[in-house]
Amino acid sequence: MVDPTVASASVLAAALSIGLASVGPGIGQGNASGQAVEGIARQPEAEGKIRGTLLLTLAFMESLTIYGLVIALVLLFANPFIG
Amino acid sequence: MLSFIATPDFPLASLEVGQHFYWEIGNLKVHGQVFLVSWFVIALLVIASILATRNIQRIPSGMQNFMEYALDFVRDLAKNQLGEKEYRPWVPFIGTLFLFIFVSNWSGALIPWKLIKLPEGELAAPTNDINTTVALALLVSLAYFYAGFSRKGLGYFAKYVQPTPILLPIAILEDFTKPLSLSFRLFGNILADELVVGVLVLLVPLFVPLPVMLLGLFTSAIQALVFATLAGAYIHEALEGHGDENEEH
Repeated sequence: MVDPTVASASVLAAALSIGLASVGPGIGQGNASGQAVEGIARQPEAEGKIRGTLLLTLAFMESLTIYGLVIALVLLFANPFIG
Repeated sequence: MLSFIATPDFPLASLEVGQHFYWEIGNLKVHGQVFLVSWFVIALLVIASILATRNIQRIPSGMQNFMEYALDFVRDLAKNQLGEKEYRPWVPFIGTLFLFIFVSNWSGALIPWKLIKLPEGELAAPTNDINTTVALALLVSLAYFYAGFSRKGLGYFAKYVQPTPILLPIAILEDFTKPLSLSFRLFGNILADELVVGVLVLLVPLFVPLPVMLLGLFTSAIQALVFATLAGAYIHEALEGHGDENEEH
């Protein structure tokens, strides 16, 4: 039988980990996209290169949220604190 | 707690995280569904390569044309990361990583594996199992250590204390965080994609999940690209070292 305190704490921690992990990358992605748009507006001929770099950097920032998601998934599906 | 979205009345939307189709080999328990789909992906790649190279023409057409495009893409990827001089020996490794991850991700998203019933677990992209991605990431670790040692011998360790020995712990930690972040990124992205699609299919089975599926295809392709790019970047870093970046050659 799962200890209800552990179960509820795990669910709360999962929610917090994904929620908090999405704050920073959100800000970062906004900054990066804004700068990229600025760069394209200044130099429209460099659009292809800027877009490629932007997509790659966005994927890197996204991965930070994914780390939070992995922690959340571990807490929900493979919780080490239960039994 | 293990399969919270598995519903008996709508089997297409079932999603099982942490349930596997176990095969017992000796004392080992292996995840059979991952092997099955990996073999499928490997067979696909091998057949495509054989078809493309069986009858090579001066002017490519059909399959040969397509695979030459893929080869060009992979070669450019390696060239961008490793530079004109170094890239050639690493094209097979980086290309294999990219093609395997790309085809696995897309096979998980495009092929209706749910129609094939397994006794336990479900068929999906092999990259949504942490073991696959950890294996791939450790291969990258081995590759960049090999690159460093073959280029500089034991002098490779100089890079740990190169600017200042104070950063030694961080430099050592980096060798552990590199495979960790590589494997978690790929695993998390693919699993998250499948979870989101699964939840949406459960809620609204028609049309609504389509945009998310398209987004998933896009993310899967980008993740394969990111994995291969990072592998290239790590190998380049090991080949060049921190100190002699401004040296002209």
